[in-house]
Order: sequence, then C-alpha cells, then structure tokens
Amino acid sequence: MEIARLTIKDISRMLRNREASAVEITNGFYERIESTDAKIGAYISLCREKALEDAANAQKKADAGEGGLLNGVPAAVKDNMCTEGMATTCASRMLENFIPPYTATAVEKIKAEGAVLLGKLNLDEFAMGSSTGNSYFGQTKNPWDERRVPGGSSGGSAAAVASGQAVFALGSDTGGSIRQPAAFCGVVGLKPTYGTVSRHGLVAFASSLDQIGPLTKTVEDSAIVLNAISGRDQRDSTSMETGIPDYTEGIDGGARGLMIGVPSQYLSDGVSPGVRKQIGEAIKAYEKMGAVCEETSIELADYAIAAYYIISSAEASSNLARYDGIKYGYRSSGYANLTDLYNKTRSEGFGSEAKRRIMLGTYVLSSGYYDAYYKKALRVRRLIKNEFDALFKKYDLILGPTAPTTAFRIGEKEGNPLEMYMGDVFTVSVNIAGLPAISIPCGLDENNLPVGMQLIGKAFGERTILRAAKAFEMEFPFLISEEGGRHGL
Amino acid sequence: MKITEETVEYVAGLARLLLSADEKKMMSDQMGDILEYMDKLNSLDTRDILPMEHLERASNVFREDSVVKSFDRDKILANAPDKEEGAFKVPRIVD
Repeated sequence: MEIARLTIKDISRMLRNREASAVEITNGFYERIESTDAKIGAYISLCREKALEDAANAQKKADAGEGGLLNGVPAAVKDNMCTEGMATTCASRMLENFIPPYTATAVEKIKAEGAVLLGKLNLDEFAMGSSTGNSYFGQTKNPWDERRVPGGSSGGSAAAVASGQAVFALGSDTGGSIRQPAAFCGVVGLKPTYGTVSRHGLVAFASSLDQIGPLTKTVEDSAIVLNAISGRDQRDSTSMETGIPDYTEGIDGGARGLMIGVPSQYLSDGVSPGVRKQIGEAIKAYEKMGAVCEETSIELADYAIAAYYIISSAEASSNLARYDGIKYGYRSSGYANLTDLYNKTRSEGFGSEAKRRIMLGTYVLSSGYYDAYYKKALRVRRLIKNEFDALFKKYDLILGPTAPTTAFRIGEKEGNPLEMYMGDVFTVSVNIAGLPAISIPCGLDENNLPVGMQLIGKAFGERTILRAAKAFEMEFPFLISEEGGRHGL
Repeated sequence: MKITEETVEYVAGLARLLLSADEKKMMSDQMGDILEYMDKLNSLDTRDILPMEHLERASNVFREDSVVKSFDRDKILANAPDKEEGAFKVPRIVD
C-alpha cells in the first residue's frame, strides 16, 4: 500500500473491496507522519486515539454498506479551524492553550461524511503570511526541498498533502493562502466563491475575504471535498445556498470550446522565466484540447496588492481586538491594572507579523486616515470587481500563474514585509472580488520545483474551473512519490 | 511617506500594543515603506465609485426567532485565564 499516493477515490475503493480496513489505513498514515514529519513539520498536533476510534466507526459503516463521500478517509485541517476539545492555536502564543467549546462547520461536515481527522496543521500566525515562517511553533519545510518554504499561510496543509501525510487537508484563503502553498508544494488548492463554505468556527482574519477550501492530490478529490463542506449555515450569515448539488457533475467534460483569457500583466517581467515557460506550455495544452486562449488585460492588476493589504489589515486589526486576555487565550502574568493587562497580554501574545498588520490596520482606520486609505481601498475594491465582471462577459476563465516564482528559500524575505506581500500579486484580487479560483500543478521549473497555474472563474463557477482543471490534469499528470514530493510523470 | 516613531507610538496605543525601542524603529521604517506603496491608489480616479465593504449578494438573512440551548457556562469558563464564582475575573476597574 503506497500510502503517500492514495486519493479519496482510492480509499473508497479499498474499503469497498476489503483491500485494507479503515483502521489499517489510518495507522498507515500515522506511520507516514512519524517517518516524515520530523523533517517537514506540517503538524502542530495529532489525535491518534480519537482518529482510530473514528476509523473503527468508519469501518463499521463500510461493512454495512453505508458511509458518506469521505468515509474512512484520513484528513487534517489547518489549525485556525475550531475543533471541540482539541487545541486550536492559530500558530500563535495567544491561543497556545485554547481548547474550543465547539467545532467549525466545515470540520463538522467532513467528519459527518466519515473523514478521519488525523491532526491540526501549521500556518502563519492567524493566517497572516506567505511562508509559514510566522508560526509560533516553527517553520514548516517544503517537501520538495527542505531549504525552502512550503508557501503560506496554509503551508502545513499543502506540505502534509504533498508528502502524503494526509489524503486531503482543509485550508483557508484570505489573499491566496490556499492557492500559493498548493502551487509551491505541487498540489491542488481550491478557493471557493465567497459564501460557498461556512466560516463558522474559522478564526477570523479578514471576514469579508476569508474562505475555507480543500487541498488535495487530484482535481476530482477537490470537487468531492467541496461537496462535503459547501452549503448555507445558519451560524454564518454570509454563507449561501449555491444551488450546486454536485461539484463533480460534468467534471470530465473537457476543455473544448472554453474561452480563456490570459492577462498580459500575469506574464510580465516580474514573473520568473521558469514559471512563464510552464504557463506557456499550459496555454498550448489548452489550445490543443480545443479551448480558445486569448491575451487580455487586467488594468487594475497592479493596484490589487495595495487595496488588499489596506482592507485585510483593517479587518484584522478589528478582529484581533478580541484577544485581550480576559475570556480565553494568553494572559500576561505581571500587570498593574486593566490597561496594562491588555497591553502586556497583546504585546507578549502576538508575533511580529500579526503586530505589523494590527498596526497597519489601526493606522488606516484611524481618524484622519480613514478616508484616504480605508475608504479609498474600498472604492478600488469595487473597481476591481467591476473589471472582473466585464472580463467574465467574454471569458469563462482567466488563466495565469498562481505566484510569480516557485518556492523561495527559508528566511529569504524575512525583514522585508513589502517584498513578501508582493508575492501575492496574482491571488489577492480573487478574494477582493469574492471569486473562485484553483491552483493546479503545472510542471516543474529549472530547479525541479513545482509551478502552480491559477484558473479564476465567475462567482459560483466552480464547476467550470474544476472541468478545465481536470482536463489539464489528464494532459499533465502528477504523482505523489514515496520520497515525499509530487513528481511529474 | 514618513511614519515617525511618535506616530507609531500613538497607533500602538490605539491598538493596545507596547512596542520596544527596536520594534518602534522597525515599525516606523516598514510602515513607511508599505504606506508609501499604498499611496499608488491615489492615481486612480474613484470620485463616483461607492465603497464596497462586502460582496452585497444577500440583502438580509433571517432565521426563526426561537430559543435554543447556549453553551454551558463551565465549558466557556474553562478557557478563562482567571475566573471566580462563575464569572471572568479582571483587575479592579473602579477605585
């Protein structure tokens, strides 16, 4: 049994044909974690005892011919999703010992479908970052090259799936935090349309941008997980009934006839030659499959980073105001009075990137700067959304690289936050406009590092994205290797 | 854009953060760089554009106004750094 390569469909088949039991499969994944995670550092915590109970229950269901889409499938979730009775740290000292009294809806839903939760995955503190280097629990390594970052903020999720430590993982994406690590680690990462997946129990970073989504080995698995986690939830008033009962429907429809726009800004000189080359190959592959690829333009591409970091930091400063050392989380030990308690608790509990975002957000919301920065960014947000709306009158999909480079070296961008932010140039506008987008593996660059291709769709256009991504995956198949990384055939 | 250390200190006060001298210096440099970059938005004409806080897909969301069970008090207090007699405990606020 090659644990590392198993997909959701493989597990279902194995259970159905009695090739292995759910308990054996779960134990197999824990053995894989034991043998690889000392190097990778994808997990913050594990829950083997509970997982083996869940696996035994999944086996009973399988024996009775019952069980959901994910029955017996070992999975892991980013540690910013609440799990009742199990620490949810957000990779922050602030929440190091926080045990939530409830479970996030998305996690509840995969468990209801029979998924076996193996543990919680590392991230940049409070999901703020692009390297998983801003974690209180240490840097996660890229399974392809341990000197490099796995991307972020869902770096633990991407690294765990890429190294076969989980069949799939849940991540969250505020400005690219599912797609960029998926690209850096050579896995499939889907950020659904805003409102598709309930945010209840997802620790809030920027509420108008945050969305939970799957990181998987294949496109079809991505659709299967989305089936499980999507849908309206009374506990999140921004969640919606999408009217899409099955995201796998039509997934084998191919790319013929699709109109694909390729913005020239997404292939500018700022993109590394290795990434540009692979995206060029992808465009050729789509043309061969009968899609129409056409150069187009996103004039506002260059403004998205500025708008994003104003809006997301403003929302973050407001959301993180709740960490005051009173109701839960860290509290400083030496304080003179209430204000001193707040000040010391927050200064000791937050890491430097969280502080930077809080400072930026507080500044752009403060009297005298609110109109100049925050209001201005919200106006630009509407312009960006309008520009996408206009593009989608003509195109079914927008294609480009997920990130301008492949995985960078650990520590390379430390001390230069603006440079780190610039790496999010192709992903943030998708969140600003609330659109769905996927990152899928698109070959390797000259350093043998995975390149990610991003497909952006219309709001609630996930099925078109998944169909096009699946067609591409058939042309450019990737496989997980026993060594850890995914390698092109 | 220049962000002075005095401004940094003022904003840190609003955000309830205490910054060390090194942190203040770093924050002043980095925030200056970042805000200067953000000033590029000023080259866009947004006079007639309404600010967009959220995606405006749903106008309002209602649910039945019914009583449901809330969390158990002890379960919520389990995470409290300090508590007494079923309540969160804070330092004296009024002298």
